Amino acid sequence: MSGRVMAETLLKVDGLQAWYGESHILHGVGFEIGRGELVTLLGRNGAGKTTTLRSVMGIVERRTGSVKFAGRETIREPSNVIARQGIAYCPEERGIFSSLNVEENMLLPPQVKAGGMSLGEIYELFPNLKERRRSQGTKLSGGEQQMLAIGRILRTGATMLLLDEPTEGLAPVIVQRIGEVIRTLKSRGFTILLVEQNFRFAATVADRHYVMEDGRVVDTMAAADVQANVGKLQAYLGV
Amino acid sequence: MGSCNIFELSTQLLFSQLLLGLINGAFYAMLSLGLAVIFGMLNVINFTHGAQYMMGAFAAWLMLTELNIPFWGALILAPILVGLFGILIERLMLKRIYHLDHLYGFLLTFGLAQIIEGLFQWRWGSSGAPYQSPIAGGYNLGFMYLPAYRGFVVIAALVICLATWFAIERTRLGAYLRAATENPTLVRAFGINVPRLITLTYGLGVGLAALAGVLAAPIQQVSALMGTNLVLVVFAVVVIGGMGSIMGSIVTGFGLGLVEGFTKVCYPPGSNTVIFVVMALVLLVKPAGLFGQTK
Repeated sequence: MSGRVMAETLLKVDGLQAWYGESHILHGVGFEIGRGELVTLLGRNGAGKTTTLRSVMGIVERRTGSVKFAGRETIREPSNVIARQGIAYCPEERGIFSSLNVEENMLLPPQVKAGGMSLGEIYELFPNLKERRRSQGTKLSGGEQQMLAIGRILRTGATMLLLDEPTEGLAPVIVQRIGEVIRTLKSRGFTILLVEQNFRFAATVADRHYVMEDGRVVDTMAAADVQANVGKLQAYLGV
Repeated sequence: MGSCNIFELSTQLLFSQLLLGLINGAFYAMLSLGLAVIFGMLNVINFTHGAQYMMGAFAAWLMLTELNIPFWGALILAPILVGLFGILIERLMLKRIYHLDHLYGFLLTFGLAQIIEGLFQWRWGSSGAPYQSPIAGGYNLGFMYLPAYRGFVVIAALVICLATWFAIERTRLGAYLRAATENPTLVRAFGINVPRLITLTYGLGVGLAALAGVLAAPIQQVSALMGTNLVLVVFAVVVIGGMGSIMGSIVTGFGLGLVEGFTKVCYPPGSNTVIFVVMALVLLVKPAGLFGQTK
């Protein structure tokens, strides 16, 4: 039993290489995600997890290899074209705009496909944001900013979400809340690629894990197998 | 003499100079607004702004003399035409230098201004051509005679400035602009074509300069160098207001026009330099400008 969900492949990454300036960060990353799956990229700092997300989104200047989304090759496309196919990105630094209030931040990403969540549904998921919708975006607490960063990409109709360390630096009770939100999103049919340092958190939400090391995917593990492989995972992550 | 005792001044002189200052301020505001919009989005200080203002005035003058298009037609057509010229410049040249130091933007736009002004001077000489005022008549305000056209310019400038402010601060497209000013990479990753947004912003800023030029044509002589002196003052206005601040450039533009008018009354020799004195003082106290934010 691999635990592998045999859904139609939505994202297929093959031989992905990426560079920042002269530094060669990714050395042939390969993995795939089925429609409706929640998959994490685990690994130490500097393993290339964030760069993988950014490469899928098309915001790494130089990248080669293959990134196919819904069967379409996107490796040569700019990020605005990739976004329009239904991929949405929530960056590690959250990227809340200080010149926009909460609601303007929420309404900023344009609709790319039909079928996104309504503003009302999103506020239902994050009641705090509704209360503070006239506040300047960057005046929110870290947890609220994270919720805003996730909330605003749910309106767009994107079917695939790229979440970069959504629990980083947050209090345990907020981490728990984010975990509930992520499970809710999965149950609503979103396909999610989650980058995490915190594998205990990742284990509570994911179907499958890919482990990255030195710019490559070195292992893959179904959620059901994590308990049996805790030692191996801890060695990978250096914890 | 030289000391400024406001009670000894004739109110007639004071009010008329303040009104003239307000008219100058209208141009400062429109021009610094365009500069602020361009700087915010492109991170380029557009030294071609004065030349583009001149092109607006020339376009109106040529439309009238060659094509018989009246002022009101030129008021719409000239900014579009010059704005399109701006778009061409952005696509062909400016977009290649965004990743470079500010200095390259300065050299490129400054050099372009020299070339454009040189070409106009070569073709049409430097003596100005008159442009008939489209609104005849005026009002006796008691303290001075106000030509109706100048009153129209002040109101038009206010409308243009507030409309631009509204578009940037209160609309969806404006929110894209403000967000892209902060984090263009992320805005693009949301599916917005940021390079096109940048091109349009430059076109809009240049169009604003040309619009100011058309409005100036009936007041000033239309000449190749009409933008050079003005733009120097406008750069000081931008520095005082704070780089990239929309409301800041509007308020500072009108305000400094008034300050200049006031100086003309109480110390005429200082009226040409007062704006630069204010600039130095503001820089000492608030280096980011009155409305600017330190990043």
